[in-house]
Amino acid sequence: MGRAFRAGPFHVAGGHVNIVVNGDPCALPDGTTVSALLELRGAARRGIAVAVDGVVVPRQTWDRATLCDGQNVELVRAVQGG
Amino acid sequence: MDDPFVLAGQELSSRLILGTGGAPSLDALASAVRASGTAMCTVAMRRIDTDTKGSVLDVLDRSGVRILPNTAGCRTAREAVTTAELAREALETDWVKLEVIADDETLLPDPVELLDAAQQLVAGGFTVLPYTNDDPVLARRLQQAGCAAVMPLGAPIGTGLGILNPHNIELIAAESAVPVILDAGVGTASDAALAMELGCAAVLLASAVTRAQDPAMMAEAMAAAVTAGRLARLSGRIPRRRHAEASSPRTGLAQL
Repeated sequence: MGRAFRAGPFHVAGGHVNIVVNGDPCALPDGTTVSALLELRGAARRGIAVAVDGVVVPRQTWDRATLCDGQNVELVRAVQGG
Repeated sequence: MDDPFVLAGQELSSRLILGTGGAPSLDALASAVRASGTAMCTVAMRRIDTDTKGSVLDVLDRSGVRILPNTAGCRTAREAVTTAELAREALETDWVKLEVIADDETLLPDPVELLDAAQQLVAGGFTVLPYTNDDPVLARRLQQAGCAAVMPLGAPIGTGLGILNPHNIELIAAESAVPVILDAGVGTASDAALAMELGCAAVLLASAVTRAQDPAMMAEAMAAAVTAGRLARLSGRIPRRRHAEASSPRTGLAQL
């Protein structure tokens, strides 16, 4: 998962996409997948969910779901509440 | 006594549902969960924060309780539906405590958005447990929408004011075909007992335990109160009378 992805967010060899992750703008290499983004953020896969532009991205598609320029990504998990 | 609590076809071993918000630490939460004897705890969905140490999920997994995600903080049906979908994806459960609040001051449910969200989620295959106003008509509409329970508030979230309109809670419980779970407003054990005496099937509370000076001890008190209230409800209380009625024999008094 995400093995092809090596560059950090601001070390971009080829083209890149500008996206917003949990409210913070960031630049990622073209073709970055949801799985690669989670790995970059050091997030566990368990107990996590991902929405792109307000639509949930199913877990089984994370490895092939590539992020596109201008997208708004939300990474959420369970916390104490209610 | 054999008195199972069945919610959406699942038997739960306790009629006390514990919210996890407000606990001073994960250790305190673990102790409270254990002391409460609860079989189900709520969690909220928030942005990941990789700096946070420990996970509420680990605590709940170790306790063996069922996890019930909520949609706390959502203001619109759209937000609540998406949050429920995120929770289903993250936690692999289609159960959701549906909350759609109107504003931050009252945290009262927005009835229009709530019903809309409930209808969408039921259509999407969710088991919907809506946090609702103490309004018998809205409770009926939620039931008609296919919700698996209705969860009226006793008082606004976090106030600890108890059950402000016991008459309405009793009306909701009396006519509901699905379990009625008192949700929010409980301050102390007698509030939880009253909810059960009024005919609720269960009580959901968080702050009353997690923000008590001794959360584990209060959790134990709440468990006892829920049991006491349930037994009192089932055992058939005496009618209220205007005048006294002696329990000792009226005849055979000694002439002194």
